[in-house]
Formats: sequence, structure tokens, C-alpha cells
Amino acid sequence: MPEAIALSRRTLLKASVLSGGGLALSAAIPMVARAAAVTGEAQGTLNAFVTIAADNTITIVGKNPEIGQGIKTMLPMLIADEMDADWDQVKIVQGETDAAKYGPQLAGGSFATPMNWMPMRQVGAGARQMLLAAASRRWGIDSAKLTTKLGKVIDPASGRSLTYGELANDAAGVAVPDLAKVPLKNPKDFHIIGRAIGGIDSPKIVRGEPIFGVDTQLPGMVYAAFERSPVFGAKLVSANLDVVKAQPGVIDAFIVKGNGNAEELVDGVAVIAKNWWIADQARQKLEIKWDNGQWASHSSKGYDAAARKLMADAKPQETLASHGDVDAAFASAAKVLDAEYSYPFLAHVPMEPMNCTALCHTDGSMEMWAPSQTPQGGQTGVAKMLGLTPDKVKVHITRMGGGFGRRLTNDYMHQVAAIAKHMPGKPVQMIFSREDDVRGDFYRPAGWHRLRAALDDKGKLIGYDDHFITFEIPGPGAYNPAAMSKDEFPAKFVPNLRYAQTKMQTAVPMGALRAPTSNAMAFVMQSFLDEVAHAAGKDLPTLLLEIVDGAEKEPDSMGFTGPAPGFNPARLRAVTKKALEMSGWGKTMPAGHALGFGYYFSHMGYFAEVVETSLEGGRINVHNVWAAGDVGSQIINPHGALNQVQGSIIDGIGQALALAIEIEGGAVKQSNFHDYPIPRIPVTPKIEVEFVKSDNSPTGLGEPALPPVIPALTNALFALTGKRIRTLPIDVKQLA
Amino acid sequence: MAVKVKINGEVREIDAPEDMPLLWALRQELGMVGTKFGCGKALCGACTVHVDGVATRSCSTPIGSIGESEVTTVEALGQTDLGRALQEAWLEEDVMQCGYCQAGQLMSATALLLRNPEPSARQIDAAMSGNICRCACYTRIKSAITQVAESGVAKKGKANA
Repeated sequence: MPEAIALSRRTLLKASVLSGGGLALSAAIPMVARAAAVTGEAQGTLNAFVTIAADNTITIVGKNPEIGQGIKTMLPMLIADEMDADWDQVKIVQGETDAAKYGPQLAGGSFATPMNWMPMRQVGAGARQMLLAAASRRWGIDSAKLTTKLGKVIDPASGRSLTYGELANDAAGVAVPDLAKVPLKNPKDFHIIGRAIGGIDSPKIVRGEPIFGVDTQLPGMVYAAFERSPVFGAKLVSANLDVVKAQPGVIDAFIVKGNGNAEELVDGVAVIAKNWWIADQARQKLEIKWDNGQWASHSSKGYDAAARKLMADAKPQETLASHGDVDAAFASAAKVLDAEYSYPFLAHVPMEPMNCTALCHTDGSMEMWAPSQTPQGGQTGVAKMLGLTPDKVKVHITRMGGGFGRRLTNDYMHQVAAIAKHMPGKPVQMIFSREDDVRGDFYRPAGWHRLRAALDDKGKLIGYDDHFITFEIPGPGAYNPAAMSKDEFPAKFVPNLRYAQTKMQTAVPMGALRAPTSNAMAFVMQSFLDEVAHAAGKDLPTLLLEIVDGAEKEPDSMGFTGPAPGFNPARLRAVTKKALEMSGWGKTMPAGHALGFGYYFSHMGYFAEVVETSLEGGRINVHNVWAAGDVGSQIINPHGALNQVQGSIIDGIGQALALAIEIEGGAVKQSNFHDYPIPRIPVTPKIEVEFVKSDNSPTGLGEPALPPVIPALTNALFALTGKRIRTLPIDVKQLA
Repeated sequence: MAVKVKINGEVREIDAPEDMPLLWALRQELGMVGTKFGCGKALCGACTVHVDGVATRSCSTPIGSIGESEVTTVEALGQTDLGRALQEAWLEEDVMQCGYCQAGQLMSATALLLRNPEPSARQIDAAMSGNICRCACYTRIKSAITQVAESGVAKKGKANA
């Protein structure tokens, strides 16, 4: 893979750690140059993304993996609009994994919109220029005198026109323009961007057609169940393979040894049958002797006790941010707040359980059908594990039944590749049971914060101190997917501030969960700031507006997705004011109802949300949510955008109300939806969403609407009951 | 010994043990993969099919238990006016994000409107509570069902039945 930009989960997360908007990695826009290079491949192929057939069908490649975020529809919309295509003539195909051809192919971090907004438009605009040039040659007229509309080049002087289909082959022979310089549309002329367009695969979905990874069917395919140790970090000593092999319908059973990297391959036993259920039944007969090692004594309760001791007594291991003189501020304070916040491990549980299909060809090369959010990372990882070059691992990208960050880690790709290698020439599909999924995830790490705030005699916030207790997995390459940024709000806006952390060791696998870091940090910080506001006799939105009062926009930086706009207090102000206005903040509430507010800036998006809640017989009701978001100048597909916000809000409410993964004896206690209760339809509040347009390049919506709803709910419960929720999930008994 | 099951109007012979769940017979013995695996314990509804018109979790229904009953899967959903109306409403409302649970959602919604053509909001909640949508497209699921109920297509179907 030449100059591969195969983004690993790790680089992705490193990038996202820099909080909110600032993303510091340069992998910007080489796809434009590449797109230009891939001309003349086939008749009518204008670039890597666009092929036009004589019948005027315009085939556009959707390069990124589709997990439900709508990207397979949205990226081609950008190309089609700048091409001046008629959307009805557009056919979308999923791109294969090919970093050289398409640049980064990644579903994560809400990155796709900011990374592709310009490049995809440039690809479309470049194709349009080529079609114009072809018509110009045909007619012998300067292309500047020609125009385009809905799949045709038009000569306004004569009124004649040529369809793109008629021009396609000529256009494919035109020199590719410099895509960085092609003229782009004035947004007022968009005819596809901004239109509510349904998901491109939706008609197939309502008919039950096979489009998901687990729907892959190949001739002669067999199925694998893969048994791993429930205790993290355990090593396999022995297994009763003979008993399992003797079970009816079992084709084979064998031990797979791990490669020392829990994100890739851990020890386990593969059971193969012609039907997965048969393999899974046979697997119940497995008796495996595990060496559980040092981690079997670990538990959530133990972590909690240790963290609380560290918060109470210990000095932090390391300082993340230090501004002014924190100790002096607290010494001079008129009022000091001191509180401990905590939140649990969480699992992702996408509806389509982890699965992957692999075929080890007889020449040793591997072909895979992978529901992965990072197929390029999976390709390079599997190649490395097998000692192959990446071009010997072909990865077909399938649609995914949800991601939420789970499929950023490609453990299941490595597992099935190891299994398939054992049986060359035979396609094999490995499927996790839901229990495998819940107990074998890469979890949002639990965390604890001891927060202190110092207020002066006028109620002004003069000091802020956070001791964050988090985890590390010992060993090379250990990292924390929920690391705290030194710039975490209100870092730069309080004169005396210290963020510090202490890490506890664990073997519990950690991973990015939708809005990583932010999904926990918003709860902690916005709840504690609500405490500060109450202590100062005001409400949270007032306090936030005061904190950023007079603050200037931070300078832009060069980021992962291209230029990254610096944090802009004006955008915070705008969404806050909009959410207050939408919700009628301050109005008299019906008896037993209360409002709460939460704001957060993450993944380059600003969201302010207000929740209306009530308590009814020990149950928390969420009646209404008002959400105001600023993700830039343009909502590309209002259908998808609104769906992401609605879903994020319910996702966040679900986390707050009920979700926790608990560790007991070094393993996960929960196992399926009965004890990991993802929200169901009755939870659904009325959700009102407004997008506040701003003069900023559009950014993504997979994540930023989730974090603020959690503190908005807990702050509403405080307003309702006077009881402060400092631990998630909410213990309703504490509200009585 | 093959197990006979009537699926979408056709008697199919399945060469599998009687205790194999219908889900796995559909998906991997018959190649009908529209019905989805989500939990294996009748907790999520992704595998919902109709058995004699009643929403049934195929992951927990052994093929040997079905007998003469008729199984309908999402692949045949569009063959009735009601099923087609729901499919169209799903597209019009752009209900889905990932879409994986939607076959099960549609089968549960169809079963609901078959038995109760004019459900209240609470009845919709109750009938659809067994179907998890991890993307939480619930706002749109409700509104698509309401739209079809209000169109009267389910009532008409019932009158004709």
C-alpha cells in the first residue's frame, strides 16, 4: 500500500484526545490527487469515484464504511451535486478497501464530514469540468460559454445539449484538472446538498435483502464459534477438543493461540460446523483449562474502592493542565465545593453481533468480507499477523448493523483470519453470540473524578481542580481511549485550574464508545458546573455564558481533517441561547416536572440541550428534549442529520438511566440485553432539534449530540428533587 | 430426518435437528437471511417472524415445534397491502440508521396492525417494546406505524379478511 494512510484506531483516538475541535494529525486530502490519477481505467470512468454509462447512469463510489451514520448516501451527494447530476440517475456502490485509490476509509470520530466536505465536492467539480471540456471539443465552443444542469451539458446560445452519458467516454479521455483549483458551487446553487434524502440501502433493508456482513454467503461456507476466556488476560492451557469434535454436525474444533495483542488475537477454541447454531451448541460442551493469571481477582467494586482511596488521599501521578495558582485560589476562597463523580464501564452492543467472513486462498492470500469501521486498519493488521503484504489481504467492506466504536477494533477480523488460515480453500464465517459480544468487548473505561471549585465572595469561579482516576493496560502500546484533554472545558477560562490524573492498572480491554471521552466528561463537568452555578445563586447557562464572557475565538489549527476551527465562544453562546429559547427555559413547569440544561463541545460540534423530566412511582420519565446544535454552515442531508441527533439523545438517556458493565472475578458480569438494558421504545421522549447555522465548514453528527443530554437529565433531576446525581447509571433510589 | 416447515406459502424441507431454532434454519439452511440474529434469547426482537400471523422470535422457536403453522418472514412482507404500506412508510419516514433491526421491527409492526388496526400510542409502545433499535430510531418507528394506522389500510385488510 503506497504511502498508506491506513488510519489505525490508535491514531484516530490520539487525534480525538485533543478535545472538542482541535485535532492534531495531518492526513488531510491526498485523495484528490489520487482521484485524478485513476482515469482511463474503464470506459466512462472519470476518476476513482465516478463512472458514467451510456444510458446516463452515474455510478458513484461511496468509499467509507456504512454503520448507519448515512455516509454511503451522503458522500456521493457531495460528488453528485458538484457534478450537476440528477440524483435520480445516480447509483451508489460501496468502495473496496483501497487506501491508494480512495484515501482514508474510516467510520469514526465524526470525521467523515469534515474530512470529505471539500475533497468529495472537488471530485465532483472535477468530473463536471471534464464533461464540459468534452462538450467543448465536440461543439468547438469555449467551455466557459457552456453550462450544466441535471446531467446535461448545455450550450445556452443555441439551446442544444448533450447528456453526460453521451459525453462520458470523451470526458474520460480529458486531462484531469487540478482538483484543488476547480471552481466549486456557491452554496445557494446546491440542488442535492441540503435535500432530505433517504438512505440509499433502505429499500433493500425493508425487503430483507442480504446486505450486512453477517449476510455474506459463499459456496461451501462453514461457520465458526470462537470460545475465549471470560477472564481477561487468561491463557489457554488445554481443552477437551475430542469431546467437541464428537458432537453431531461438528466439522472441526481446534485451538487458536493468541498473538500477544488483545486487540487482535487472544487464545481460544474455534468450533466449526455447517451451521453456526450447531457450532455454538457443541461449544457448550467445551471444557477449557485457563491460566487466569493475575487479573482474576479484579472487580468493579475493587476498582471503585481503590479509586475512592486515591481521590481522598493520594497525590495525582501526573499533571495534565496547570494554570495560575490553584492552591492560593482555594486558600482565599469564600466557598469551596468538593465532590466525587464516577461512571462505569460501558459496552457498545451494536445490533449486528461481531462477525467476519474469510477465505484463505490456496496461495496463502486472504480474502475477507468485513463489517469494520476501520477496514484499512484491519487489512494491515491481518497482513502483519499472517506475515503477508497488505495487497495479499483483500477486504470487502460490508454494511454494518451499527458500530458505535466497537468496530474500530478489528479483533474479530484477526480471529477469523487465524481460523481461516487453518482451513485453506474453505470460506468461514465467524459469529459472536450476544454473550460473546457483551463479555468480549472493548469497553468505555470507567472513571472517577474528584472535583473542587473555589468561588470568591461575589460567587465568581476562581479555582478549579480535578483529580481524574483512570486506567492503563500494562504492556507496550497501552493507551486510554477515554483520556482527558488538558483543554477540557473550562480549562482555559478559569484563572487558577489544575487537571491531574492517576492511572490504575487493568486488563479490561478498553475502546472508544460513541463520543469517546466526551460521553463521560460532559456528565462530570456539566454536572459539577451546575453545582457551581447553584452555589453562586445562578443557573448553569448563565454561568457558562459568564465563564466565556469576553473570550475570543481561539486560533484555527491544522488538524486531522484539514483546517480545524479553534473553540469559538460565540458558537457556545448561540446554541445555548437557542436551546433556552426552544425550551422556554425559566417558564413555570407543571407540578412534578423540571428542566435541566447541558452543553458540550465535541467532535467539532456544539450542542446545548434541555431535558424535561419527572418521577413517577420510582421511574424516571423524560418527556421532552430540546437540542440546539451548530455543526457549521450546511446540513448536508437533513434526514440523516436529524436521525443522528434523535438517536444520540436516546442513546445518552439510555446510558444515564440503566447501563453499566461490571467486572467480577476478572470477567464481565453482564451477558445479554436482560442485564444490559439498551433503551426500548417507551423511553422515547419528544425531541425537538434545531441547527444553528454558522460560517464554518460542516462537521459531523455521529457523536456531538450525545454528551450533553446526560448532564441535562441529571441536572433536571437535581432541579426536581434537590438530589445530585454524581454516579452513573442513575440510582433512582437516591432521588427518593 | 428432514423437518417440514411452511414458510411464505411454501413447504420447505430442512435437513437439521428438530431443536434447531427457526432463525438458524432460515439463515443458514435455507439462505433466507432477511431475518436477523441479535441476541439468541428472545430479548431483542431482531429475529421476529410471523407464525400464523403472530409476531414470534425465531431465535427461540425450534423448527420441530412449528408443525402445520405458517411462517411468514420479511422476504414476503411486501406481498400484503399492509406489509407494503409499512415498507413504504418506513422509507417515507426514512426510519432507519443501520437498519439491522428493521426487519424485526417491521414484522412486529405488521403483527400489531393485523390484530389492532388502530393502536393508541401506548399500545404501539407495548407492542414494539420487544424490539430493540440500538440506533434508537424510535421516534420514526412510532410515526411510521401511526401513519399507516391512520391510512386505514390495516382496517381495510381486516374487513376483507
